[in-house]
Amino acid sequence: MSMKGHAYIVGAYEHPLRLAPGKSVSQLHAECAKGALQDAGLNLGDVDGYFCAGDAPGIGPLNLIDYMGLKVRHMDTTDTGGSAYLVHVSHAVQAIAAGRCRVALITLAGRPRSEGSSGTVVRNFGLTPDRPYEVPYGPVTVNMYAMAAMRHMHEHGTTREQLAWIKVAASHHAQYNPHAVLRDVVTVQQVLDSPAIADPLHRMDCCVVSDGGGALVVVHPDIARSLKRPLITVLGAGEAQKGLVSQNIDLTTTGAAWSGVAAFAQAGVKPSDIQYASIYDSFTITVLLQLEDLGFCKKGEGGKFVADGNLIAGVGKLPINTDGGGLCNNHPANRGGMTKIIEAVRQLRGEAHPRVQVPNCGLALVQGTGGSIGTRHGSATLILERE
Amino acid sequence: MVTPYQLPKHMEPVPDVGESDFFEAAKAGRLLFKHCESCGRSHYYPRPLCPYCMSDNTRWVEAAGTGIVYTFSVTRRAGPVPYVIAYVTLDEGVTMMTNIVDCDLDTVHIGQKVRVVYKPTTGDIPIACFAPA
Repeated sequence: MSMKGHAYIVGAYEHPLRLAPGKSVSQLHAECAKGALQDAGLNLGDVDGYFCAGDAPGIGPLNLIDYMGLKVRHMDTTDTGGSAYLVHVSHAVQAIAAGRCRVALITLAGRPRSEGSSGTVVRNFGLTPDRPYEVPYGPVTVNMYAMAAMRHMHEHGTTREQLAWIKVAASHHAQYNPHAVLRDVVTVQQVLDSPAIADPLHRMDCCVVSDGGGALVVVHPDIARSLKRPLITVLGAGEAQKGLVSQNIDLTTTGAAWSGVAAFAQAGVKPSDIQYASIYDSFTITVLLQLEDLGFCKKGEGGKFVADGNLIAGVGKLPINTDGGGLCNNHPANRGGMTKIIEAVRQLRGEAHPRVQVPNCGLALVQGTGGSIGTRHGSATLILERE
Repeated sequence: MVTPYQLPKHMEPVPDVGESDFFEAAKAGRLLFKHCESCGRSHYYPRPLCPYCMSDNTRWVEAAGTGIVYTFSVTRRAGPVPYVIAYVTLDEGVTMMTNIVDCDLDTVHIGQKVRVVYKPTTGDIPIACFAPA
């Protein structure tokens, strides 16, 4: 059954900073919360539900609730890496429909750029059960996605040139975003010529590292109708985890193959109905795999699908990441799901930059991943509609 | 292009409680994986409870030490020396994360036959890597 009309996204805010050396992570969370509430036309005291993930300092939501002065009756700290914020939207709709809260606030913030974070160091997730069997081999963020790209090239003949088109599309969009980290339009050749990081991925196949954050406000229909913002509803949602049970290794499929099917089924729409898509772009290969798994093209045909500008607004059939995405605009806290939702909301409101706005955008998809597609990752899909 | 193999600084594995068997075997140059007596399936990385059926009736099996490269990446800018991260599917059917070593790194390819070779880490426990067979 569709989630249509159970709740509405009425507030969305992306922090304008991409480098924030003088602000704490907590301050960035609070500034994002304030921005999203102002966007909705709501106040601190209206919030009765709070959602955050592992980027929030403290014990789950406890410290930030205290820091921001919230008083809530519903909390959810589901963490699926960068896809967590899509899961939060889905869970917020469920919580509101169940009467657990009426105004849900979701925040994300981080300052990896100021802290010198990089996709070329082994990340420490504590004493995870897999750690002693993987960490000694140097599994950094980039080479994990690179192994997925290498396998896809082997199985399907995908080329580096085809992957490069994903970055080219992002750069075409980012030129119109004054906040984007990288605003120069690049060519396929420039992507190919950028320094090799982990074969076959080069520097321009990788997303930016940026400080900042974002926030969303999801509310009960009665409240939504009392506000002055466009009504953006969730038609369908899906969430999945994909791991590495060792006899079945398959790095060319992502959890989108499950979360996407669930979201489309619930929404009652099909890929060809989607007018705009935000697709998580930690790396170029991430986009290609998810587009296939969501059914925008057949498995193995992603290379052809993304080539020749097909993802560029006003040029191709499926405009994606019209803010410039993680590849050019923003990847706060190394978690790109929040900004993906925000740009989809802008498109559905008609508030994207005029040069990238999809005309009469009424139906959008948001796809997030988190963790690593080279080992284990979370996937979440949202299908949003403007009423 | 030729990218010679150089030994990277491998962080020593830090076994969790109850995981010493695998790493003691590694010190003796023996690569182990787990086989479940209840459902008959094998798995890696090894768990006390089978991830296919949750049985705790699992036993150690020593791998022959040969396999093929499922995928890999020559990692050029993540540390002082380039290295090849890879997944190798052992002849027994389980797949493991590893490094490909002792060769021109630019010659590594998917489907390549490889054999296990142990490399030192920052501590006492060596790790199973693979070289061209």
